[in-house]
Parts: sequence; C-alpha cells; structure tokens
Amino acid sequence: MNFNLSAITSVVPFLLSGLLFTIEITVVGVIGGIVFGSLLAVARLSSNRLLSAFATAYINLMRSIPLIMVIFWVFFLVPWAIGWLTNGGRPVAVGASLTIYVTFVLFEAAYYAEIVRAGFRSISSGQYAACEALGLSKLHAYVYILFPQAIRNVLPILLTQTIILFQDTSLVYVISATDLLGAATKIAQRDGKLVEMYLTVGVIYFLFCYSASQLVKRLQGRLAYGAR
Amino acid sequence: MISISHVSKSYGAFQVLKDCNADVARGEVVVICGPSGSGKSTLIKTVNGLETIDAGEIKVGDFRLAPGVTHVAALRRSVGMVFQSFELFPHLTVLSNVTIAQTKVLKRPKAVAEEKARSLLARVGLSAHITKYPAQLSGGQQQRVAIARALALDPEVMLFDEPTSALDPEMVNEVLDVMTSLAKQGMTMICVTHEMGFARNVANRVLFMDGGEIVETADAATFFAAPRSERAKSFLARILKH
Repeated sequence: MNFNLSAITSVVPFLLSGLLFTIEITVVGVIGGIVFGSLLAVARLSSNRLLSAFATAYINLMRSIPLIMVIFWVFFLVPWAIGWLTNGGRPVAVGASLTIYVTFVLFEAAYYAEIVRAGFRSISSGQYAACEALGLSKLHAYVYILFPQAIRNVLPILLTQTIILFQDTSLVYVISATDLLGAATKIAQRDGKLVEMYLTVGVIYFLFCYSASQLVKRLQGRLAYGAR
Repeated sequence: MISISHVSKSYGAFQVLKDCNADVARGEVVVICGPSGSGKSTLIKTVNGLETIDAGEIKVGDFRLAPGVTHVAALRRSVGMVFQSFELFPHLTVLSNVTIAQTKVLKRPKAVAEEKARSLLARVGLSAHITKYPAQLSGGQQQRVAIARALALDPEVMLFDEPTSALDPEMVNEVLDVMTSLAKQGMTMICVTHEMGFARNVANRVLFMDGGEIVETADAATFFAAPRSERAKSFLARILKH
C-alpha cells in the first residue's frame, strides 16, 4: 500500500471547509433540535390529549425511520410540497444546505424530545406542586424552575446524543453535500486517494467524538447537586 | 376566614374525604392530626386547590372553591404552603428561592423582592446563608427557607403539611420555633402535624381525622385533656405513650 502524505496536505483547505459545514449542521441540529424537541416534550407531557397525541405520533414516526430516508424525503419532496402550496404545482428549488438544516432539526428533535421528557420525569412531583402553590404560571414554572432542572439532570445524555448527531451528519453525502466526508469522498475519487482521505477523516471524526465523550464523563461526575 | 363545608373526594372507589366541615377564623391556628392515611394531607391540599374536590365548597376569604373551579391563581396568591419535603428549587440560591415568585407572580421589582427576601431570611435566622444552594443546608434550614419563600408573597393563610416529619429530631425545634413566632404574630395557620407539643401549646383548635372524616373538633386543651371520641382516645394513647 502506498500512503502519500502530500496527497492530504494539498487539500487541507477543502477538507476544512467540509469540516466547517459538518460543524454548522451539528450546531443547527443541536440548537434547533433541542428547542423543537423541548416543545415536543412539553406537548407530549401535556394534559391536552390532542397535543400529546400529535407529539407522541411525531416522535414515534421519526424514531422509526432511518435518517437517510428523511434526508431523501426532505430533499426530493419538499421542493414539490412548497411548489404545490405556492407555485401552482411546479417544484421550487430549495438549497442543499437548507434541506439539510431542516432535516436535522426535524429528525433530531424527536430524539432530544425523549431525552428532555426523561429530564422532566426525573423531577419530583413535589416540585410541580411547589410551583403551583406559589402561584407560578405554567409558562413561568417550566421556564424558570422545571426546564433548568430537567436539562441539568440529562445533560450527559444530551451531549451523547449530540456526538451521535455529529457522526450522523456524514449521511448528507447521499445528496452530494460537501460536509467533511463529502469533501473527502470527492477528492478521493478525483485523485484516486481513497486510503489517505478516508483514514484522515476517520481520525478527525474520532478526535472530535472522543474528546466530547471525555467531557461527558467529567460532567457526569460533577453534576450531583451540592458538588459545586 | 376559611370555611370548608361538606367536602368529599374519592380516588376511584376509595373515598379519601367524607363530608368534611370546618371553619378557621382569622388569626386562628388549627392543627389537623390523626393516623396516617386518614386524609389530613389531602384535606389541607384542597384549601389551596392542589387537590380538587368532588363535592362541597371551600371559601378562603372572598374566594370560593367548588368542584370544577380551576382558575385558582387568586387563591394561591393569598395562601402560602410549606411541604413535608421542603421542595426548594435546587438550582437556585436561597435568595432566589425566596424572590422568584415575588418577581414572577407579584411582578415586584427585583430590588424590592430581594429586600423583602433578606428581611424574611433574617427573621427565620438564615441571613448567613443567602448565597448558598439548598443542598448545602441542613433539613431544618431548608424548611425555614421554605417558610420564608411562602411568606414572601404576604399570604393571609399559611398551610403546613407535616413540616417537621422529614427532619432529624434535633432540627424539629428550630422549625417549630419559627412556626410558633408566626402564630404569635397573628398568622392564620392550618398545620398537619404529629408534634403534639406544638398542638397543645400553640394551636387554638385541633381537628382529629380518621378514615377521611373529621371525627372531632375541639380546642387544644380540651382535646388533649378529655377527647370525646373513642378513636381520638386510642390515637392519643398510642402517640403519647412515651
């Protein structure tokens, strides 16, 4: 096997731009996913049956299909759907980045929702009673009392899910997007440097995920209340 | 001030409250006692709407609570509650625990709320601990913070649901002292408690509950000296043995 280091150094800027896009997807997916996921979690726990049923159905649907299918659906169907609604049936071009952002928010929200829901359920019922007895509105109780505790209780799991999200971003290569893996694939095929490229991105994914998982480990030890 | 009339409640086939009637005058201190499972906690929680009722009516000041009444924000503003397990907010400092409802519910400016919180925390003897988190305090200290938190909304009535039951014995008195001084200042109080010394010395009246019913109502001295019902006699015999 002939490993050629110079094959890597010359394409570093291109790989970096791919890595940057991977990080962008992750950041959008985490923020959008946690915001939308938290709303889904609250909806699923709501006493309003319709709201709860909708959230449950959404979460179960998303968690029952592979991410790669959702990427395809959004990529191929959303231009038609928007076209149907606004353009008399003709599909409207939607950029690959936007497609990907939307997909990851919609998909990851289902997983974050279940984690946040577990966080809410880990809070004792007495905390809910205390909020009620103090006359706090539902919104105030959730925003100031319950949500901060819920997130704190599940922070390690949230981070673990985020590591998985970071890895899952590599699936966007199926719609030819240039994320880290996409960039590597393009160069590998152009220059015939499959071994060098796939080894390099493998190492990059590993470094990111391993250091994040070490962070999770340290957080778990420090998160008990009182140990400040 | 408070009138509870013909209040009943069931969990499925199990009736927790059976036609309960009681009145509490302004400034009065009423202790509810009875064996566990007798419905004491459920009854006290109906007074601020934490537990709904199936029948009857509860009046607190001008507020009328009946089956199906769900809009209880005004009621909760005038009724403070202290729980057996404190239920302080673990992610907030002692000071924030006492200010949060003031700023969010009563819309007091932050400075005013903090001033009020400091003076209340001084009153319960915790001035030195305002920047700590609940987990750094002892049980007795936490319960005193919880009392300050409830008082911060200037309630007209205070409800205590077994406030000392989760405490180590040496911390019971610091909480009872705070409750006693509150009673002396004229607060209207309903206390579910097993502290018979507190009931005897501080309460004006005792409600004795058993099996979901208010079996006996008497002024404290009479209740301990000469309980009328057999059930109250056997209850007192059991708990005052030692």
